[in-house]
Amino acid sequence: MKGVYTWGAILVIVFASVVGDVLLARAMKQVGDVGALRRLVGLLAVIRRTLGNPHFLFGVIAMAVAFFSLLFALSWGDVSLVAPAAASLTFIGNAVAAKIFLHERVDRRRWIAASLVAAGVALLAG
Amino acid sequence: MLSHGMKQTGSISLNHLQGVIFAILNPWVAIGILLLLAFFSTYMTALSWADLTYVLPATSLGYVLLALVARFLLHEHVSPLRWLGIALITGGVGFIAGGPELTEHPKAAEPDDQRAVAATSSPLLSKEASSRAPNGVRS
Repeated sequence: MKGVYTWGAILVIVFASVVGDVLLARAMKQVGDVGALRRLVGLLAVIRRTLGNPHFLFGVIAMAVAFFSLLFALSWGDVSLVAPAAASLTFIGNAVAAKIFLHERVDRRRWIAASLVAAGVALLAG
Repeated sequence: MLSHGMKQTGSISLNHLQGVIFAILNPWVAIGILLLLAFFSTYMTALSWADLTYVLPATSLGYVLLALVARFLLHEHVSPLRWLGIALITGGVGFIAGGPELTEHPKAAEPDDQRAVAATSSPLLSKEASSRAPNGVRS
């Protein structure tokens, strides 16, 4: 029964952090090139523009949800299961979500990279 | 840094919320929070330049750096399985580093700034990624 809770929490972590990453990436694409903007309008204006973006706000909230579900998962399961499982599934989930929602061109090179990194993170964090 | 600082301050109970203020005043916790802020802002900047599927795997070099610090500065034992993990990550990052950073949308960034992304990642790490790439891809 504990295993079900742990895996449930892991899935929530993965889902929330994928949603968060996608929202943050979309927010920054809307804000635009930070380097060029800073030269144009100054750093403070860039920060204000970023913080005022609704996608950014929801992205940060999703990241917070991911963080707290990580705490829950750690209270139910072992760190040696939760940390690598959540981290590596997030990479795969992000590749899928970026393709669907951000319309990024996720070619074979990027799929291989995402899988290699996911496997590597699973080995390192485990 | 954060965990080091929090272990110094001890556990915080809900009844003594002023403990949180002491925790923030602890230099280790303060430095940890500042570093996290720095990470977050550079991460957001990188996201404004390149695709999520490009930036995210690149940030995983942090895991590699962490393992190398543990091995060479803290003299911890790093098992062969973890070395394999390091090789896989560096191989994977080397793989995307060879590809395009940004999917071309109508409002694409200038090529100048895309190159800046590559420059912001530490030269040490990118050198490592390219030298280990063939290894990682094969394994």
